[in-house]
Amino acid sequence: MKNRNVLWIALLGATLTAGLAGSAWSDDDYRKFKKGMRGGPDVAKAENPAYVKECGSCHFAYQPGFLPSESWIKLMAGLADHFGDNAELAPEDQKSITDYLTANSADKSGQKAAVKIMKSIKTSQPPLRITQTPYFVHEHREIPLKLYKDNPKVKSLSHCNRCHVNAGEGSFNEHEVNIPGVGRWED
Amino acid sequence: MKGLSVLAAVLIFAGGAAPSFAGVVDDLLVGYKALGVADFSAARGKEMWTKEFKSAKTGKTISCATCHTTDLKQASKHAETGEAIEPLAPSVNPKRLADPKFVEKWFGRNCKQTLGRECTAQEKGDFLMFMRAW
Repeated sequence: MKNRNVLWIALLGATLTAGLAGSAWSDDDYRKFKKGMRGGPDVAKAENPAYVKECGSCHFAYQPGFLPSESWIKLMAGLADHFGDNAELAPEDQKSITDYLTANSADKSGQKAAVKIMKSIKTSQPPLRITQTPYFVHEHREIPLKLYKDNPKVKSLSHCNRCHVNAGEGSFNEHEVNIPGVGRWED
Repeated sequence: MKGLSVLAAVLIFAGGAAPSFAGVVDDLLVGYKALGVADFSAARGKEMWTKEFKSAKTGKTISCATCHTTDLKQASKHAETGEAIEPLAPSVNPKRLADPKFVEKWFGRNCKQTLGRECTAQEKGDFLMFMRAW
């Protein structure tokens, strides 16, 4: 009887240890640790292969959690004039990518940045540019123009990954900012 | 017999793993010919490459070379965004001209963006002749 209790306690202990070790140090955490990322991702990583291939070959593959569905639908319907460029897709790709973006949009994502962006949008027509969402504008308000607009290595705030070194992982922590030719930025 | 089919499978696999741009371009040219084009010319393609068009949207003057430059073996940058563009020359970038859907997608986008209209089958064939020679 006594022996059996010891066995149960040992088993319980082993399970707890394993459980704790698992939650405290997952593969994802380890990856972040290796990349020097602080905290969790601000937005879920963009992982849809068609999206990454078709959109990410011309510009940073903005995570779908950065805009509400309504914005994605409008943007994807207007690819013939995509912020000045023609970015038309074959109909089947346009549909599959629209489906992916709207299924993972800011209004459907519970992650930090997505929630804050949704809260910040007060207009009935949400912007098509992530850089025009009030949350984005607020977060970048203190950065002087000369560090991005007049910086040939950055040119525009649209190029997330030129300064946010872990942008592709969905991590936009200000401690991970490295402005080309300038260095770290912390306000 | 079994050896032969294995050999055939290996050959087919090797062919599939390394798509030949020559085959893809030839197939596209056959398609353009079917639309009534008699012949294609790399020289005409080259001439068109640097021909300048005024964008109705921005008022700026642009040509293919504005973003792709005139040295197709070099990587370049998008004139507006500064995003990297891989070399177009199949001799240094084997992914180029290897996927017909990709080729048509970019003809569709870039002809409308630069010429302000779709390219004709003649023009697309001439461009392919010009590009494949690099």
